[in-house]
Amino acid sequence: MTSVMSHAGTVDVELRVNAGSRRLALDPRTTLLDALREHLGLTGAKKGCDHGQCGACTVHVDGKRMLACLTLAVAVQGRSITTIEGLARGGGDALHPMQQAFLDHDGFQCGYCTPGQIMSAVALLREPCGPNDDDVRECMSGNLCRCGAYPNIVVAIQEVRVSEGAE
Amino acid sequence: MTGPNERSAAGIVGQPITRVDGRLKVTGGARYTAEISLDKLAYAVIVQSEIARGTIEHIDTSDADMLPGVIAVMTPDNTAKLESLEKFEREGGKGGRPTGRALSLLQDDRVHYNGQPIAVVVAESIEIAMQAMSLVRASYRVDTPAIDMVAALPSAYPSTQKIFGREPPMTRRGDLQAGLTAAEARVDAAYTTPMETHNPMEMHATVAAWDDDKLTLWDSTQFVHGVRATVARTLGIPPAHVRVISHFVGGAFGGKGSAWSHVILAAMAARTVGRPVKLALTRRQMFGPVGGRPHTVQHVTLGAKRDGTLTAMRHDCTASTSTMEEWLEPAALVSRILYDCPNQETSHSLVRLNVGTPTFMRAPGEATGTFALESALDELAYTLDIDPIALRLKNYAEADPESGKPWSSKSLRTCYSLGAERFGWSRRNPKPRSMRDGEQLVGWGMATATYPARRLPASAEASVYPDGRVVIKAASHDLGTGTYTILTQLAVDALGVPMACVKIELGDSDLPPNPISAGSMTVASTGSAVHLAAMAARDKLVQLAVSDPESPLHGERHEAILIDDGHLTVRESPERSESIQTLLARNGGEPIVGRAEAKPGDEAQQYSMHAFGAVFAEVRVDPELGIVRVARVTGAYGVGRVLNPKTARSQLIGGITFGIGMALMEHTVIDPHSGRYVNADIAEYHIPVHADVPQIEIIFADEKDERVDPIGAKGIGEIGMTGVAAAIANAVYHATGARVRDLPITLDRLLATPRVD
Repeated sequence: MTSVMSHAGTVDVELRVNAGSRRLALDPRTTLLDALREHLGLTGAKKGCDHGQCGACTVHVDGKRMLACLTLAVAVQGRSITTIEGLARGGGDALHPMQQAFLDHDGFQCGYCTPGQIMSAVALLREPCGPNDDDVRECMSGNLCRCGAYPNIVVAIQEVRVSEGAE
Repeated sequence: MTGPNERSAAGIVGQPITRVDGRLKVTGGARYTAEISLDKLAYAVIVQSEIARGTIEHIDTSDADMLPGVIAVMTPDNTAKLESLEKFEREGGKGGRPTGRALSLLQDDRVHYNGQPIAVVVAESIEIAMQAMSLVRASYRVDTPAIDMVAALPSAYPSTQKIFGREPPMTRRGDLQAGLTAAEARVDAAYTTPMETHNPMEMHATVAAWDDDKLTLWDSTQFVHGVRATVARTLGIPPAHVRVISHFVGGAFGGKGSAWSHVILAAMAARTVGRPVKLALTRRQMFGPVGGRPHTVQHVTLGAKRDGTLTAMRHDCTASTSTMEEWLEPAALVSRILYDCPNQETSHSLVRLNVGTPTFMRAPGEATGTFALESALDELAYTLDIDPIALRLKNYAEADPESGKPWSSKSLRTCYSLGAERFGWSRRNPKPRSMRDGEQLVGWGMATATYPARRLPASAEASVYPDGRVVIKAASHDLGTGTYTILTQLAVDALGVPMACVKIELGDSDLPPNPISAGSMTVASTGSAVHLAAMAARDKLVQLAVSDPESPLHGERHEAILIDDGHLTVRESPERSESIQTLLARNGGEPIVGRAEAKPGDEAQQYSMHAFGAVFAEVRVDPELGIVRVARVTGAYGVGRVLNPKTARSQLIGGITFGIGMALMEHTVIDPHSGRYVNADIAEYHIPVHADVPQIEIIFADEKDERVDPIGAKGIGEIGMTGVAAAIANAVYHATGARVRDLPITLDRLLATPRVD
């Protein structure tokens, strides 16, 4: 059977994104990704498949990486959401060390998977991922890059890992 | 290139400059097409056919129409006929198809492939549009489709069209039969490559907005001027009424080189609902409606003397196309130029299938053709017990063997030796299954890489403003290729201004016309135009200074002036100097504008122009399970001048990564009965992930080519992908003794392939 819902059938959702708080009237089916991109103007998180297969939509929810396309916006109310736009601390032109490392090592080409790669990479350093290049490759394999920037991305991540003394 | 500033310390062409658009990309600030925000934007979704061949009997939109928030459901029943297409049909195809490609624009009830656009839903939100799409129901009269390439091979027919408008589909030189008779060894084998799908990370998307009779399209495209021309022709409006914008493109690889159905459907939908419309394809919709690499079956015959000298070569390629349109994958082209073989025949044939029309996909022809030819060369090397590099050197083409023209430059010998040295090729024991690492079989394989160096007419404008800013305008594109960056470098060196002062504007059909960003042509085409435009602006600045009595440079000769860091200076008397700002402020405060058009000269008539390279791969194969892993790759390339070794290296690594996908995993699977794309997502259509891609080493041969174009660059977007599948297949043979001639080399295929021990 068809489930018809009224166009006005929205729900109030309060999202804490990048240290700010926003109240939205959303179709309850709205994913976190579409809430960010279509309702909050935060288009840094990318839609590459909408099925949790490519990692381009990766954001942090309470500091852990999460696929925004597989997450309903209503389900993450009250939780702390960080997107690529809010990753750097210090304001102004400051970059997060991972963003700087991606720049330095040319860890991207078209740039479409890049925000997701960077968000995954930052979260990875807090995860029980091993220290070797192969460990990083394995832990980053949910983030696809069609341009083929993988070797440069691994170098960038390893540089940040070493400089931050991560385990 | 002979810029007067080239010798100055400021020269940044050739330096590993970090991408100038990099900060936008790492902060989420780069806006791609589907991220354009407009007032009253409506969301469109395409509804696709569920059969591969037949006629639509009825499309029931009643449930979708009733869904609150649905604005329109467009079907062939309620969509206005396009006069341009009716005229095309009426006149039997005279004058060419207005749409360029054969598109599905809701004009009739015929279905040519499974997944063809048959309706468009426009709604207030993505959620409602997607739900409404699921509510549209079509009924069909179903005809039996042709899907299976192998079953359809008897229907193959010779292609008669010139390849990409240039080269003949068939060639013959010398006497093939005599060459085969003279041969003391032969290889005679068929190689196949499957349909593949580009799958850039950014799905195709178009945002269309009408302002009265003027249309603005934001589109993810490799060719803003091409889209403008196609849309204007199809909709019957003046090109001047269409503006196409594409500032950032999230990968393209040839798939975004044509204006596909959704582009024009978006414009039609926006006109229908009287609001701006965003139409973004879903990942599933990337399989079929927007092209892909066709299936090829390639028959290669080689004949050689015992010492390896080739006496005969035959390369016949049969490729799939659609029932709507002929599109040819010219896989046999490489065989015409790669080796010095006196007796040769090449041909291209087509098989029509009920599938989406194929299109350019990274190194179209060269990627597939080098797999067949370079695999066959490896087979010949084993037949003759000759080292694969020695065999290639034995047949080294000192001039283009097809045209007889000299090469504009060729560093392939250097590439073989540099690549072999870095890879450690001399330590290879050629015997199959002879090298191991623990339980794993180790295989080393190599192949030749090649791609033509071409360019098309391009134009550019360089403006120097009184505040010292420089703006470069060209309707080219940055697909991740680094165009913004290398054009900045060219402008900085030509004009002698600080890098931070230069802004590059691309991706807008209001800018000076430029060709499609494809075929590894952008640097040679657009780069040449930007260089010339910047040099024209420089000349004007210098002229202004030397003829201005108030300038410290007054009366000097042009050649005596250096511009560095934004200052014009007399080379021999550095105290005579002034800034560009001072000069322009004193002279009316108007910007200085240089314009240029760069067109190919007669170099292509005089020379055969190609980039060459050598690629080496190491694989590890699990002998029990047949799992193949690429352990390392080394590629050595002669690509003319390298403008930015940092981005160039990345692009070649990217090409090799594409080649790893082609060799081991990529395969668009179509159900032979329904014609449905079975693995139409990026979990089931496998592309390389982080864990699949090892260390890749890139080496550039020092190659100077002053003939190929004013910049001396041959282009690098595609050559990295060529030869890779063969190098890996050859490595798999070396590891296992099993010659897999059908891509991709999946473990089931490898285990089922008989092997020599």
